[in-house]
Amino acid sequence: MTLSIETEALRLDYGSTKALDGLTFSLGGGKIYGLLGRNGSGKTSLLTILAAFRKATAGRALVGGRPVWENAPVTSQVCLIREAGEAAGVGTADDAFYFAEALRPNWDGEYAARLLDRFEVPRGKNVEQLSLGKRSALGVTLGLASRAPVTMFDESYLGMDAPSRYAFYEELLADFMANPRTVIMSTHLIEEVNALFEEVLIIDRGRLVLQEDTDTLRSRGVSVTGPEEVVDRFVAGLTVLGDKRLGRTRSAMVYGEMGETERRKAVEAGLELGPVALQDLFVHLTAKTEEAE
Amino acid sequence: MFDDRSPIYRQIADQIKADVLSGVLDGDEQVMSTNQYAAFYRINPATAAKAFQQLVDEGVLYKKRGIGMFVSPTAREALRDDRRKSFFADVVDPMVAEARAIGIPLDEVVARISGHAKEEGR
Repeated sequence: MTLSIETEALRLDYGSTKALDGLTFSLGGGKIYGLLGRNGSGKTSLLTILAAFRKATAGRALVGGRPVWENAPVTSQVCLIREAGEAAGVGTADDAFYFAEALRPNWDGEYAARLLDRFEVPRGKNVEQLSLGKRSALGVTLGLASRAPVTMFDESYLGMDAPSRYAFYEELLADFMANPRTVIMSTHLIEEVNALFEEVLIIDRGRLVLQEDTDTLRSRGVSVTGPEEVVDRFVAGLTVLGDKRLGRTRSAMVYGEMGETERRKAVEAGLELGPVALQDLFVHLTAKTEEAE
Repeated sequence: MFDDRSPIYRQIADQIKADVLSGVLDGDEQVMSTNQYAAFYRINPATAAKAFQQLVDEGVLYKKRGIGMFVSPTAREALRDDRRKSFFADVVDPMVAEARAIGIPLDEVVARISGHAKEEGR
């Protein structure tokens, strides 16, 4: 079972700070979505509203077409794992499993036990005595084994070492393929996890910057390098996200699809075209909105 | 592994084509399923599916319903043919441009190639 997610002019104010400032988007569901944004961009605010941990100041948040706030039939379908897990204060991992079983209609206890073994998290030890990495691994386990139609991970891998993170990605993919659902993952480790996402959302200052198929986005960045004046002429009228200069050489990062004719023109003019990493696109797309304001 | 600098489905398709060209994958040989591929490379299954669909559209792979994807028996020859068509534009022309840029006379380049041709003839 998969569920769609929609927000409409979503706003969340903390005093005079606007954490979310008219955020509108629509996710069809049944995919793994990457939620990208700088610190303070509103990622956690958005996810906590979708999980109904917090009430929006204004606007709407719908899961499966139904409002999430104070709507238990909906929230039982939504699982949010925040950074460093969700189990602090409940006792041991076994206690956490006990609660999950009561709260989560699709909970798979055997799978949870297998995951905990894989992550080498002791089951009988108090969660507060576990290291940050092990607490995160427990959180990730609770999220995966919840099999919630909407499963959200908010930087959930904090403190997990590289082998555990890779184990998490493997388990996430395997379980997603076996039990398709809507997954949203917020992350700063763009280079490491971008291949997991079918679609990405980039938000900045509480607003949507873009929502795009990840592979389409990967094809959107082109670096144009060559003698300054030739590059100047070529990129005039194009969207330039960033610039690097070395002596008389300029390298411009252009955003947008570039057709065959344009590519040929560039090469004939003696310019070098290259790809741009998704992470660099992200850095420049979010830096730009900052300058604009 | 795949990088985040160009569409991953295209990188996958290129890699499979390279395997077909080099003979790592034979005609009528079964390729990994989308899900196996996704799990092995830790990539989104939809991305892998897109690559496989492209290869089916291009005639490199064919589907056997309920069984999986296989390499077309004619794929290797077709790919070699494509490569041959673009060989001069992709390989020879840039080589000539490079030779010019660094001041190697073209006769020297030709002599070198003739040398290889002679070796082959022996």
